Amino acid sequence: MSLAQPQSVAEIKARNKELIAEVLKVYPEKTAKRRAKHLNVHESGKSDCGVKSNIKSIPGVMTIRGCAYAGSKGVVWGPIKDMIHISHGPVGCGQYSWAARRNYYIGTTGIDTFVTMQFTSDFQEKDIVFGGDKKLAKIMDEIQDLFPLNNGITVQSECPIGLIGDDIEAVSKAKSKEYDNKTIVPVRCEGFRGVSQSLGHHIANDAIRDWVFDKMDPNAAPRFDPSPYDVAIIGDYNIGGDAWSSRILLEEMGLRVIAQWSGDGSLAELEATPKAKLNVLHCYRSMNYISRHMEEKFGIPWCEYNFFGPSKIAESLRKIAGYFDDKIKEGAERVIAKYQPLMDAVIAKYRPRLEGKTVMLYVGGLRPRHVIGAYEDLGMEVVGTGYEFGHNDDYQRTAQHYVKDGTIIYDDVTGYEFEKFVEKVQPDLVGSGIKEKYVFQKMGVPFRQMHSWDYSGPYHGYDGFAIFARDMDMAINSPVWKMTKAPWKQAPAQPGLLAAE
Amino acid sequence: MPQNADNVLDHFELFRGPEYQQMLANKKKLFENPRDPAEVERVREWAKTPEYKEKNFAREALTVNPAKACQPLGAVFAAVGFEQTIPFVHGSQGCVAYYRSHFSRHFKEPSSCVSSSMTEDAAVFGGLNNMIDGLANTYSMYKPKMISVSTTCMAEVIGDDLNAFIKTAKEKGSVPQEYDVPFAHTPAFVGSHITGYDNVMKGIFEHFWDGKAGTAPKLERVPNEKINFIGGFDGYTVGNLREVKRLFGLMDVEYTILADNSEVWDTPTDGEFRMYDGGTTLEEAADALHAKATISMQEYCTEKTLPLIASHGQEVVAFNHPVGVKGTDEFLMAISRISGKPIPEALAKERGRLVDAIADSNAHIHGKKFAIYGDPDLCLGLAAFLLELGAEPTHVLATNGNKKWADKVQALFDSSPFGQNCNVYPGRDLWHMRSLLFTEPVDFLIGNTYGKYLERDTGTPLIRIGFPVFDRHHHHRYPVWGYQGGMNVLVWILDKIFDTIDQNTIVPAKTDYSFDIIR
Repeated sequence: MSLAQPQSVAEIKARNKELIAEVLKVYPEKTAKRRAKHLNVHESGKSDCGVKSNIKSIPGVMTIRGCAYAGSKGVVWGPIKDMIHISHGPVGCGQYSWAARRNYYIGTTGIDTFVTMQFTSDFQEKDIVFGGDKKLAKIMDEIQDLFPLNNGITVQSECPIGLIGDDIEAVSKAKSKEYDNKTIVPVRCEGFRGVSQSLGHHIANDAIRDWVFDKMDPNAAPRFDPSPYDVAIIGDYNIGGDAWSSRILLEEMGLRVIAQWSGDGSLAELEATPKAKLNVLHCYRSMNYISRHMEEKFGIPWCEYNFFGPSKIAESLRKIAGYFDDKIKEGAERVIAKYQPLMDAVIAKYRPRLEGKTVMLYVGGLRPRHVIGAYEDLGMEVVGTGYEFGHNDDYQRTAQHYVKDGTIIYDDVTGYEFEKFVEKVQPDLVGSGIKEKYVFQKMGVPFRQMHSWDYSGPYHGYDGFAIFARDMDMAINSPVWKMTKAPWKQAPAQPGLLAAE
Repeated sequence: MPQNADNVLDHFELFRGPEYQQMLANKKKLFENPRDPAEVERVREWAKTPEYKEKNFAREALTVNPAKACQPLGAVFAAVGFEQTIPFVHGSQGCVAYYRSHFSRHFKEPSSCVSSSMTEDAAVFGGLNNMIDGLANTYSMYKPKMISVSTTCMAEVIGDDLNAFIKTAKEKGSVPQEYDVPFAHTPAFVGSHITGYDNVMKGIFEHFWDGKAGTAPKLERVPNEKINFIGGFDGYTVGNLREVKRLFGLMDVEYTILADNSEVWDTPTDGEFRMYDGGTTLEEAADALHAKATISMQEYCTEKTLPLIASHGQEVVAFNHPVGVKGTDEFLMAISRISGKPIPEALAKERGRLVDAIADSNAHIHGKKFAIYGDPDLCLGLAAFLLELGAEPTHVLATNGNKKWADKVQALFDSSPFGQNCNVYPGRDLWHMRSLLFTEPVDFLIGNTYGKYLERDTGTPLIRIGFPVFDRHHHHRYPVWGYQGGMNVLVWILDKIFDTIDQNTIVPAKTDYSFDIIR
C-alpha cells in the first residue's frame, strides 16, 4: 500500500480502512470474518467505536489477553496488603504473577503485610486425583500458625479447581468458623472462565460483596467517626504509587479518603467503604460492579474520574467537588491553582519536544482512553487505540469523550495485526505491555509500557504527570533511535503518517 | 509540593517528602486498623528464631515463595530453540501471557508463543475445535516451519489427547499432512519447568526419529562423528550457547546444538522485528539421531530425553551445569574422549588464566559461607565451584530438587573438606531459606531476583545468578560455562564481596580506616 502522507481526514480514513483490509488477508476466511468485527476506523459522532468486544479470543492468533485468575489475583485482590492470597492450584500462575504488577504498599512484608509474596498450594498429581480440599484446609492452618498477624485469607482458584469439583467454599466457611469468624474468601476465578481478565474482575468484585460486605456485623461500632467528606478511591492499584499521588489531591481539596481499592488497601478499608459519601472510580472496567452494588445497597453515588494529565485532572476535581458543598468546590479550585505553576513548567519544558508526535496505544482497563488527554496536554496525538479486555461501555466512553475522527480501533488485537498497524502507520511512540515492548523497539519504534509504567511512575495526579511527561520525552527523544540503522545501510527516510486533527 | 519540573522526582524519592509521609501515616492510623507496632516487632523477631524455623520446616501443605515454575514454561523455552518454530500451548490463554511476560522480563526480548484459548465450553466438550482452528490460524499468520504443541494444566485435567487431536486437525486441513507438529503433554502439576523442557525435547526427537506419530517411516540410525549438545533450561542460554559453540570450534569438533535459542533471545535492534532467528534446523534435529554421542549440560533437565537418545544407540553423557575449573575440565575431556580430538593449547591457556584469577583472588573468598538456591543442576555446578574456591556452600536448596539430587549434593560435600558443615535442602522454598539465613547465617546468598527479598529481610548480600533475573540487565548475555564463564562467575562473586567490604567500612572517622583503595 501507499506510504504517501494522507492530507485530509477522509484520506486518513481511507488509508486506515485499506490497512485493516490488508491485515485481514492473512487469516483463513472464517477467522478473517471474526476478526473484522474487532477492527474499525472511528467515525466522529458515533456513539461507540464500531467494534465488537468482550468476545472469546480466537485460538492460535497470539492474543495478548490474560485470564480470570489474572483479573482477580493479579488485579483486584492481590494488592490488599494485610490478607494472604493463596494461588490455589499448580505453582506457575502464582509464580509468573509474583510481585510483577508493582502495587506499592507500606508494611512489614511477611509479618503484617504480604503483597509481594507467593503463597501457593503447589498442586501435585495426587491433589488433582484426590481433590485439594484437605490440603487447602491444612494450608489455612499453617498460615495461621506461621503468619499470625494476617487479617484474612483469599483462595484464588486456578484452572484445575473448578474442573476437579473441589468445594473451596465449604473449606473457607469451616475455617472461618474455626478461626473466630476470620475473613476467608473463596474466589472462583479459574483461568478458563470468561474470555479475558475481565470476568476475573467481576468475580473478584462479587466475592467482596458476598464474603466481605455480607459477612459484616451491621451493628459493629465504626472504627472512625464519619465525616460529610468521606470518599473511597475505587479502581486504583497504586502502580508505582498512583493511588498516593491521587489521594493527596483529594485530601488537599478537603475530602477524606477512607479506603483505597485496592492498591495499598487493607481489609479494614474494604469494610469501611459502605460508610463513604461518594465512591470515586478510576478503573471503571475492573470495579464498576462493586460501585454499582454499593449504590444499590448502600445508596452511595459513584463518579468516574481521570487523573492523567492536567486537563483531565482539573475536570475531574471539579466533577468530584460537584457532589459536595462550596467548601470542597473552593478546595478543588485551590488545588488546581496550586499546581498550575508546576503544570505550566512541565508543559513548557516538554511540549516543545513532543508537539505533533503520534502515539498508538493498546492496553487494558481504563488506559486506552484515559491517557489520551495527558498526551494531548503535551501536544501529542493518539492515532490508534484498543482494549485488551474492554466491553462496549468502554468503547462508548472512548468514542464519546476521547478519540478523534479517523483513529484506528483494534479490540483484542493479535500480535500480527498490531505489528502491521504500527509498521504502516509509523507512530512516534507505542504504549502497550511487556510482551509488545521489545517487538516494537526492535523495529526502531520508541515504546513505553503502559501497564507497569515501565518500572517508573506514578503517572496519576499532578506529581505523576511530571514523571509521565519526562518518560515520554526520554522514550521518543532518546539518541538510541537514531542508531538503529548502520550508517552504511541508511535508507532514505520515509514520511510519517499523521492522524486527523 | 515536592515535585519539580527541572528535577523530576521518581517514585523512590517523591513519596519520602513530608506531605506524603504525613498522608500515609494518617491513612494507616485512621483507616487500616493496623496491628500494634510492638506486636509487629515481636512477631518479626520471633520469625527469626529456631522455634519459628522448626514450625516453618514442619509445613506439609503450604508453599511460600517457591524457586520453581511450571512445566509449560520449560516447554516454551525448548520449543523456541528450533528454527522458525512457534510454541503452541493447548489450554487456557492466560498461561501463555504469563510465559511470554516471564521470558521478556528476563531476556528483555520479545517472546512469541500462541495459545489455543480454551474457555468454559472447551472445558466441557474438550479442546479439539480449539486445536483445529488454532493450528490453522497459527500456520497462516506466522508461517512457522514447525509448531511445537504442549499443554496447560486445564487441558491435562480434562484429558485432551494431543496425538489424536493433531491427527484430526491435519485431516481437517489445519496444516498439511506432512507438516511437523511434535507434541508433549506437560501437566503443570507434575515436576517443574525443567520437566517441561525435558518432555518437549523428548517429544521432538520422538517425532523426528520415530516416524512422526506413525505418519512416516522411522529413521535408520547411520552413526557419524558429530556430537549433540543439549543445554537444558538455562537463564544464561544466550551467553552459554555462544561460548559452547566457540569451544567446539576451538576443538575442531562437529557438533549440533539441540534447541539453540541463543539467537531468538538476542536479536538486534536494527529496524526489523525477527519473530524467528537462528535455532536448530529441523534437518539437524532429525540428523541428530546419527550422532556419536549426546552431551547434556543439565542432567535433571534431560531425565527422559537422555534415555530416549541412549535407546537409539548413542552414548549419552550428563553434567550438572558445570561451572569452574574442574567442571569445565571434565566437560572438555568428555568432548575430547568422544571425538578423539585433543584439547587445544588455546583452551589450556584459558584454563590457566582462570586458575590464575582464582589464585589472585581466593583469599577474599576462602572460608566464606554461601547459601545457594536455584534449579538442581545449577545448584550442583555453583556448589562445586565454591568448593574449589575454598568457600563453603553452607545451604544448598532446590524447590524442584528430589532425594536423588540431594544425595548427589551430599556426595559433593563429602568430596571436599570445605563441604563438611554444609547441608542440602530438596523440595524446600525461599521461606525455608529465610529461616536458615536467620538461624544459621551465611556471608552471601546466590540466587535469582526473588532473593532480594531475603537480602532485605536477613541482610545477606545477594549475588544474582539464576533464573529469572528481572532487576539487573544483560547478565544473560554472559556465559557461565567454559573457563571464561567461570571467570564471569568469579568476578560477579568478587564484585559483591568487595562492594560489601566497602559498604561496611565507609563511615568517615569511624570505620573508614579499612576503606582501602587496594584489595
